[in-house]
Amino acid sequence: MTAVPLQPPRRLVTFTLDGEETRVPEGSTILDACRSAGRDVPTLCQGDTLTPKNACRVCVVEVEGARTLAPACSRRAEPGMTVRTDTERARHSRKVVLELLASSTDLSTTPRAAEWIEEYEAEPDRFGTDAARVDEQPKVDNDLYVRDYDKCILCYKCVDACGEQWQNTFAIAVSGRGFDARISTEHDAALPDSACVFCGNCIEVCPTGALSFSSEFGMRAAGTWDETAQTRTTTVCAYCGVGCNVTLHVQDNEIVKVTSPHDNPVTHGNLCIKGRFGFQHVQNRD
Amino acid sequence: MDLRYTDAVPTDAEREAVDALLGPPPSGWEGAAERTDKDLRWARGGAAAAKDRRDQLLPALHAVNDRVGWISEGALNHICRRLTVAPAEAYGVATFYSLLSVRPRPAKVLHVCTDLACAARGSAAVCADLTERLGAPGTPAEGAVWQESPCLGLCERAPAALLLQAGTDPADTAPLPPPAPAAGPVRCSAVVAPATAPGLVTAVRAPLEAPVEPPAAAAVPQAGDPALVLLRRIGTVDPASLDDYRSTGGYTALRHAFKLGPAGVIREVLDAGLVGRGGAAFPTGRKWQATAQQADGPHYLVCNADESEPGTFKDRVLMEGDPYALVEAMTIAGYAVGARQGYIYLRGEYPRAYERLDHALRGARTRGLLGPDVLGQGYAFDIEIRRGAGAYICGEETAIFNSIEGQRGEPRSKPPFPVEKGLFGKPTAVNNVETLVNVLPILERGAVAYAATGTETSTGTKLFCVSGQVDRPGVYELPFGASLRELLDLAGPPERLRAVLLGGAAGGFVRPDELDVPLTFEGTRAAGTTLGSGVVLVLDDSVELPRILLRIAEFFRDESCGQCVPCRVGTVRQEEALHRIVDRTGAAAAQDIALMREVGQAMRDASICGLGQTAWNAVESAIDRLGVYR
Ligand code: SF4
Ligand code: SF4
Ligand code: SF4
Ligand code: FES
Repeated sequence: MTAVPLQPPRRLVTFTLDGEETRVPEGSTILDACRSAGRDVPTLCQGDTLTPKNACRVCVVEVEGARTLAPACSRRAEPGMTVRTDTERARHSRKVVLELLASSTDLSTTPRAAEWIEEYEAEPDRFGTDAARVDEQPKVDNDLYVRDYDKCILCYKCVDACGEQWQNTFAIAVSGRGFDARISTEHDAALPDSACVFCGNCIEVCPTGALSFSSEFGMRAAGTWDETAQTRTTTVCAYCGVGCNVTLHVQDNEIVKVTSPHDNPVTHGNLCIKGRFGFQHVQNRD
Repeated sequence: MDLRYTDAVPTDAEREAVDALLGPPPSGWEGAAERTDKDLRWARGGAAAAKDRRDQLLPALHAVNDRVGWISEGALNHICRRLTVAPAEAYGVATFYSLLSVRPRPAKVLHVCTDLACAARGSAAVCADLTERLGAPGTPAEGAVWQESPCLGLCERAPAALLLQAGTDPADTAPLPPPAPAAGPVRCSAVVAPATAPGLVTAVRAPLEAPVEPPAAAAVPQAGDPALVLLRRIGTVDPASLDDYRSTGGYTALRHAFKLGPAGVIREVLDAGLVGRGGAAFPTGRKWQATAQQADGPHYLVCNADESEPGTFKDRVLMEGDPYALVEAMTIAGYAVGARQGYIYLRGEYPRAYERLDHALRGARTRGLLGPDVLGQGYAFDIEIRRGAGAYICGEETAIFNSIEGQRGEPRSKPPFPVEKGLFGKPTAVNNVETLVNVLPILERGAVAYAATGTETSTGTKLFCVSGQVDRPGVYELPFGASLRELLDLAGPPERLRAVLLGGAAGGFVRPDELDVPLTFEGTRAAGTTLGSGVVLVLDDSVELPRILLRIAEFFRDESCGQCVPCRVGTVRQEEALHRIVDRTGAAAAQDIALMREVGQAMRDASICGLGQTAWNAVESAIDRLGVYR
């Protein structure tokens, strides 16, 4: 039996969400409230296992009396607050933010990006063909995973997962600033020369596919990656006594990548190098 | 933390520079050359101790950059070992600041300002001439390299340049035991303003022989006028003399503060109606009260002296011309908010202000005006100067905290506000230099007398930085409520005025027919513009406005921290659009203007901090009020 830790009881906060009186536990974000009310607010840099950096700004909502819009993923609901999630102002910002992102980075592997671009009638092309792009070549410097920063939206999630929020390895950080800011190791060193321990927790949280398994990267390049043909099986990692949950993604009878359930109270989706990447021996059939 | 270093080792000079700041390494764990047996058995420190020292990261990076001119891989390794910081993080910090370099470069770097005031006064021609004499920007020649720079805060003497030469600090060299410090260049800085290309080449060849800077008072055309309040000492006392300062009323305000007690000081400041002079115009007394009331401790006081708004130089003049006034004002503010430690976060580009403040702090400490028992009143307070390293965004109050703490100078999202969680996560009051210095006349004369000057909601006097095409550019002090016309009359306006940029790059343009706008917070707001930090940049019709707008857009693109999408990409898209329409008008520009409006709206609404929120203001006002592209 899994012991579920009981949280101390929390007080409720009453506020108005899109005209309806809403009650949420103290400390909830506006996004939490939206989600429990079944309202869809787009998010990119928010992650279920991380404290968001609120850097992408696609989740902005209108808080009555505030000069600017507020990020739903981080702003806590306060008693008496009046929040509107779908005003013209909020929609406008979301639309422009999507346009800015799509015109500067490759969102082709970002789940739901295409859907939101359509929903908000974003036209990334209107900045013209000369619009500056991030323009990075994929970094293939090890056998386990590829960093394709052309797809990076600088959500800071990988940095937080590698650093103080989970792994405490601090192998990557944001370097440079402004449009030239990039995720990088020190002096841009190759991953094997950096402090990286290849836990792959950064891949787990990356919302855009900028970080991906070498297997997935290769199959996408070859045109053989097909998520609809994949099965997922969650099992227990057998390498050590911790016993983390691993989810095997299998296509054509081959393990193509390994993730981990985020709702597991012990690992929260994190694994170590063995659980994440040590699957080749399973399919070594010679 | 998985600390892993590369094989690169620091040179002797790099090691010396870091160890001079941090003291000799106590063990092999922290980068001592030899590992002792004891080191192998016993590890000290760890993550908790490392956190305590992380705030030395920026000073350590400065130390190497100041000594060698750039930060090598070996130097970064050594710094990280000494402070237990992950190299990737330190690299991220080092690459955030424009005065630091992680690539080899000559010891002498010449920064030539191409920002608004300097552009209006011919910096483009200086740069073109310089390219002919020294080669293109960024290419080393004659042991130096020159580069274009954002505003250096020397706008009254535009066009301006600043030469920084890395080397051994003259103050450090004397006590070093033999072997004598490596013979090499001595660290120095030289300001050349107004700059000419031949003058700059001479300064590059022999920086130590560059002509001395005029005194701070040269920037105060009203110097000596008995009506001055904040500027009254500038030019009449020796900024290096504490006795001069005291003989002109210095430290009477602090004595009075001790009589009133912290709550009494806050009441006076509230009654005086003092509001912040940094641009946001928030009531200072309320900020202090909120900080003082926090149960969490310790409390901190931060003086925002990172004056980087293009066209602003008043804080520099105050710090250079009357440094003790800031020290006294901070002591009072610290007392009021219950802080024992204050920080001055000073622009990296202000070497003379650094020297003068540093001297003033030492003087105050020797005389018991700072330290464990200020004026024998049992109040302990000290001030430390932290140098910025070239990042406009570090003038944002929460970015200052990150910068001091040794993180990238990225703004934090609010709430929580600084009064609750500021520097090191503790309650912090942040005020800029001009705001703080106002506390002195409030306490010297009393709140009522202070509030008698100015208007009902804008009390006291205001400093204005007048630059551009006027006869007498400089810092002016006027009671709130004077009109823009009165200010321009003092400075000698151009014959054919085209526009005035009020409030700086984040402010707005004012037309020649709007000069009667009263210079108050409410008056400028009603006129659809802003007082901002007090920038008054005067442009005549010889200036090509589209180029100025382009420069503004370029400035924000360069200075965006890159954290949030609307600002990181939006500033780039705005600049691109302005480039496209630079020589166009009417229908040919309409589509791009519409595009900029849409992007500008999202930047204003959805950016994390004031930089992105205001980046579009000036350009928008030029389009709407001046009709630039019509
Ligand atoms: S690589 Fe992925 S996780 Fe990291 S910042 Fe970029 S988009 Fe976010
Ligand atoms: S993922 Fe790593 S830590 Fe978890 S059970 Fe497997 S080997 Fe152990
Ligand atoms: S608005 Fe610009 S400067 Fe401010 S946090 Fe966002 S990216 Fe950084
Ligand atoms: S010093 Fe050049 S614009 Fe300010």
